[in-house]
Amino acid sequence: MEYLFRAEHISKSYTGHKALSDVSIEVPKGRIFGLLGPNGAGKTTLIRIINQIIAPDEGELFYGNEQLKAHHVHNIGYLPEERGLYKKMKLGEQAIYLARLKGVPEHQSKKLLKEWFEKFDLLPWWNKKVEELSKGMAQKVQFIITILHKPALLIFDEPFSGFDPINVNLIKQEILKLRDEGTTIIFSTHNMGSVEELCDHIALINKSEKILDGNVRQIKKDFSTNIFQLELGQMKGPAEQMFDHRFELIKATPHNGLNTVRVKILREADSNELISQVLPYAQVVSFSELTPSMNDIFIKTVTGKFPQESSQDEVSASANDYLAE
Amino acid sequence: MNKILVIIKREYLSRVKKRSFIIMTILGPILMAALMIGPAVVAMMSSSKYEVAIVDDTHMFYDQFTPTQSTTYTRLETGIDSALELMKGGKFDAVLHIPEVAFQAPASLRLFSLKSINYSAKAHMESVLKHQYESLKLTKAGIDPEVLMAIETRITINAVRIEKDGVERSDYPEVSMGLGFVSGLLIYMFIFLFGSQVQRGVLEEKTSRIVEIIVSSVKPFQLMMGKIVGVGLVGLTQFLIWVVLTFAIVGGVRSAFPEAFQFTSAEEIYVSASQSLNAEELQKQMETVQMQNTTAGQIMEGLAAINFPVVILAFLFYFLAGYLLYAALFAAIGSAVDSEADTQQFMLPVTIPLLFSIIVAQMVIQDPSGPMAYWLSIIPLTSPVIMMIRIPFGVPYLDLAISAVLLIAGFIFTTWLAGKIYRTGILMYGKKITYAELWKWIRYR
Repeated sequence: MEYLFRAEHISKSYTGHKALSDVSIEVPKGRIFGLLGPNGAGKTTLIRIINQIIAPDEGELFYGNEQLKAHHVHNIGYLPEERGLYKKMKLGEQAIYLARLKGVPEHQSKKLLKEWFEKFDLLPWWNKKVEELSKGMAQKVQFIITILHKPALLIFDEPFSGFDPINVNLIKQEILKLRDEGTTIIFSTHNMGSVEELCDHIALINKSEKILDGNVRQIKKDFSTNIFQLELGQMKGPAEQMFDHRFELIKATPHNGLNTVRVKILREADSNELISQVLPYAQVVSFSELTPSMNDIFIKTVTGKFPQESSQDEVSASANDYLAE
Repeated sequence: MNKILVIIKREYLSRVKKRSFIIMTILGPILMAALMIGPAVVAMMSSSKYEVAIVDDTHMFYDQFTPTQSTTYTRLETGIDSALELMKGGKFDAVLHIPEVAFQAPASLRLFSLKSINYSAKAHMESVLKHQYESLKLTKAGIDPEVLMAIETRITINAVRIEKDGVERSDYPEVSMGLGFVSGLLIYMFIFLFGSQVQRGVLEEKTSRIVEIIVSSVKPFQLMMGKIVGVGLVGLTQFLIWVVLTFAIVGGVRSAFPEAFQFTSAEEIYVSASQSLNAEELQKQMETVQMQNTTAGQIMEGLAAINFPVVILAFLFYFLAGYLLYAALFAAIGSAVDSEADTQQFMLPVTIPLLFSIIVAQMVIQDPSGPMAYWLSIIPLTSPVIMMIRIPFGVPYLDLAISAVLLIAGFIFTTWLAGKIYRTGILMYGKKITYAELWKWIRYR
């Protein structure tokens, strides 16, 4: 796989505490890379290092095959988590200024900005001061400024905070479109559920250390619990009698004339065999694997076990939501 | 480098286009001009004209009274009672009565008026009378007034400073004092006004979080320098406009109302055409004119003695270098805190050297080549103000060179220091900042 960006053995400490300790990430070209972890884990520090805002104490950074240099800032677009604009400055003027700092010439930036403003319904506000704008509009402007110079690498730090659901969707579609056009994206968030649908690769950071990384599908497979959920119609007898030693019934609950059954496949069996086991006894309405959410995987990685039964229902709920999409 | 220019341009234009800047730039010179013109205008308006009738029963004093700008004198032979009637009829503002016994009893002199006569008119009459009393008494004692005139000698010492190259220069400390103090004060004001603008600008960028977006495109140091230079140019622009406009307004008013500006000389030189002068009077007048001329001449000579190219160059240098030195510190403070209110604890050590310079300015002016003046004009934190005060008195080039080199080194140091604090500070929120914390930031890689 071709990597657009690599960080190797990055460490950074501030007097008194360690912000990053020996963190390495590899960002595949043309993919969305999720940088996940709770608040204060070190994500923002790592992002600032990638943006060359601060320097690491140890470690090396590579853009493509070159060592990361000052001029690479033109290839990177960064939307910080804490973001603002000059309140007293006119919107259009300000956008041109920020684009010029990114190296886009004035006449060109004006043309590009007008197009994007049109697309995001911001054109009427071109000559308004930022203090007259709603927060959502300011956020849209910041997003436009970040992607305007068509960087090969985009870094979004909590991009959806402050947006209403309609605009979240708008931004999400733009991000996916950029990915399809070949842009590589680093996506940082503490809300692990929200990125599962977007990210191809992830790295989990906790307490300044990277605790997990890899392809999202692979990770999910690695953390698979082998628990399947079946919706069954008419059953010939109770659920307990349906399964032999290769399967373990976790629970069966009737509702709305159907029966929801959770079964764990123990060993030497796969999902097809589970279906053939059930077929003679009941009518199968639906069949799915209960994949753990990224949140569960995170908790499992940190604590060594999945959340308790009480939260297992939430797991299924989030898994169902995920599968429903 | 190109980006720093973009930043400078924004910082400059966004301030210059502000309404408050335009208003200040126009109002400033009007206020300054008002300060310079005001006294003359007020004096001109307030000086009432007096018509004074003189009833001189002794016939010894009347000849001495010559009209001044505010007072004209008329001799009345009619006697005091009818003179008072004339005054009540509005023909005169006042009646000066010199009775027969006046020469023996000066206390019998009377000035009658319906409304009070201002002090300077009365003082003028008193001095004329006093002079005549003295010369009359001298004549009585057998001394010729001509001899007295010859004896009377006016003394002013012309201070001459011999410079290292052997050139003798007349020394006029009053002129140097004024020039030094004004330029020192201007530098002080400039540093304070625009230094705090830098601080406010940095703080605004930090609290609005725009800085997070900008630092991904430019180095924090570039952003800081762009702001410092941009604001400095705003200051320079405002200052130059002020100077030009002030002189234009003052010059304009002067040429429109020339009479308002003939302050001191007019009163004495003014000679009524109807008045015939005797030799003695003429000589006296000439003397006063000459005296006036020497004062004006001294100022002119004093100004000529000042090495203006050095003063102007030094002013520009200390103006800018002093600003750069302090603006960097102001920027660092702005970056370290979260709100205007938190700036106080860090402002104190920065403002103390500046305040101190202004407080000791008086002492420096008294002894511009003394050890205190020397050391304070060498130390970078105080040198912008103190050296500027010293320069009109003439400063050895070696002192200037040492001071300038140290000031340049000083602002390079404060800029470096500020850069270290700034790049950490602008991205740090919600933390109570102490000096120990700042010291840590300086030591970060």
